[in-house]
Amino acid sequence: MSEEPVDVLIIGAGASGAAMAWSLAETKMHIVCLEQGGLMNPLAYPSTERDWEARRQGDFSINPNLRKLPSDYPINEDDSPIKVANFNGVGGGTILYAGHYPRFHPSDFKVKTLDGVGEDWPIDYETLQPYYGENDRMTGIAGLAGDPAYPRDNAHRLPPLPLGKAGARLAEGFNKKGWHWWPSDTAIITEDYDGRAKCINLGACGAGCAQGAKGSADVTYWPHALRAGVELRTRCRVREITVGDDGMATGAIYYDANGDEQEIQAHVVVVACNGIGTPRMLLNSKSTLFPDGLANSSGLVGKNLMFHPYASVQGVFEDALDGYAGPAKAIRSQEFYETDPERGFMRGYTLEITRGMGPIRTVQTAMTHGRIPWGAGHHQAARDMIERITGMVAVCEDLPEEHNRVTIDPDLKDSNGIPAPKISYTLSENTKQMMDHGIARASEILSAAGAKDIMSEAPIRYGGWHLMGTARMGKDPDKSVVNEWGRSHDVKNLFIIDGSIFVTSAGVNPTSTIQALALYVADQMKSRLANLFD
Amino acid sequence: MTDFTEDEKRTLSALVDMIIPASEVHDVPSAADAAIFTTILSDAQRHRDRFGTALAALNELARQAHDVVFANLSADQRDSIATTFREEHADDAALIASVTAQCYYRDDRVMLSIGMEPRPPHPLGYVVEQGDWSLLDPVRGRDDLYRKTDTA
Repeated sequence: MSEEPVDVLIIGAGASGAAMAWSLAETKMHIVCLEQGGLMNPLAYPSTERDWEARRQGDFSINPNLRKLPSDYPINEDDSPIKVANFNGVGGGTILYAGHYPRFHPSDFKVKTLDGVGEDWPIDYETLQPYYGENDRMTGIAGLAGDPAYPRDNAHRLPPLPLGKAGARLAEGFNKKGWHWWPSDTAIITEDYDGRAKCINLGACGAGCAQGAKGSADVTYWPHALRAGVELRTRCRVREITVGDDGMATGAIYYDANGDEQEIQAHVVVVACNGIGTPRMLLNSKSTLFPDGLANSSGLVGKNLMFHPYASVQGVFEDALDGYAGPAKAIRSQEFYETDPERGFMRGYTLEITRGMGPIRTVQTAMTHGRIPWGAGHHQAARDMIERITGMVAVCEDLPEEHNRVTIDPDLKDSNGIPAPKISYTLSENTKQMMDHGIARASEILSAAGAKDIMSEAPIRYGGWHLMGTARMGKDPDKSVVNEWGRSHDVKNLFIIDGSIFVTSAGVNPTSTIQALALYVADQMKSRLANLFD
Repeated sequence: MTDFTEDEKRTLSALVDMIIPASEVHDVPSAADAAIFTTILSDAQRHRDRFGTALAALNELARQAHDVVFANLSADQRDSIATTFREEHADDAALIASVTAQCYYRDDRVMLSIGMEPRPPHPLGYVVEQGDWSLLDPVRGRDDLYRKTDTA
């Protein structure tokens, strides 16, 4: 059944959808957001129960094919060495993210000009800087000003997360090497902020923050957006975006919580479903006018899928460190972030410290690496590992390649019968060289810090946290899906605001940039309301 | 999803007892301990098909070598068959070991033995020491690391 057209339909209530909803709310337009998952209950998060660590491999797994919640859709990832990490619910992937919140570097927007790889963005760092600042204020971040790896910025930071034993140990390692490190900008509040209570070191950030200290979008933007009048409909899964004879988007068809088909009409449609869900939706929205999928005249919808291939390097130390306590993040290094061709690869990576891990993950990791045997030797070997592991991951910039892509699987469907996505992805030689470099440098740091044993894995198999590039922005309609302010080149009332519109991936976690971009696009829309569709 | 059969339970119990046996030194039970094994059976349901296939393969190896199922082998024979199983079915063996660990290391007796309070993290949280921020002094003095562009 159809209803009166709404002014703006936002599809997806994750990081970008939340920021867009909040920003547009001041216009007093009728804004509806459809979200296929539910509203989270922090008191039901794993850290409130004894089985908190085990549930991260069950109903709070990062991988939808393992998690298998009713709100999840399956993904065919057989043709990818990196498996997808996401979450479907109000807050989206921020429910499970670690809260690492760095900005892009200025060079990240100009990789073609500077290094002859990828493409330049149609916007630059200075364009986004005010939105980074606004986003930081909405989210609440901990960190420390003055990082020489970044330009001076406008961030309001709470005190940094504690170094802890692990951070201090690794800082000593970095200092011995003479390499850069700095307290991470992290979306975890260290003082009470905006009605939220400060971090109490639960150590289970990756399975939802029961304290509400981690800045997931359900506790940052959404309370403000809802109070401002945005309508959020949960358990509503969109099947396709509809179009009229004039080629404009008219709304969407979706399934409600009862599985009943519904239609909603809208003057403006905003897609915010992440780098997998967005191309899936566009490719599933075929019509006579758009036989290859919506907004796809360039043929680029779904192409240029980028993850951040992660290399993990963990050291085992003689004495106890932080173990399961405290946020996963503490410090990061960008010593190897900017391009140095003598390294054998273009672009670079961030070394992001992973503070420690609980006993289950410790034992599983060490068993995988052959450090803890089956049998009688298990117990002492486990005790030599538990609370004694810390290390880092190399977050490697992934360059866009058209053969890395999202398509529609011919057979796989979700519980509503909507065709599911398939990803095809291979690691480039540039990436492999970068990961090898990261492993070697991280091993040097760990050795300098006193590690007695070092374990590495690359790429991290279940490490597809960052989903980018599959509907990229640009000024040329032949080489991009949306323009420089997020509007589809083909459909003038259709906007895309998630990681899909990234032109390149940079070598840092993308959430702060995703949300800054959403705020930027929202401002562009607000400033053009009189001629938005011209 | 179907429950594990009694034969599958016997096989799995024998296998997890090998993976993490009891220890008098550390005063901890085996992973085949009744309470822990109940948790293993529950968590394994998420991987029911793979567990079923893996346990059948394990018993087949035992039959081929000794004409009995895995649970009826001697300790030495189990060691030998388990080694072959890990070589020929590495992914399944790793999965079973992983599920065993995720159930074993949340048992109160085991947690106390490794020095963990048997409680959920929330609402008490934990203490993490602030650390020595003077470690940052050498970095504070560094020149800018970021690459300049024409706009920043």
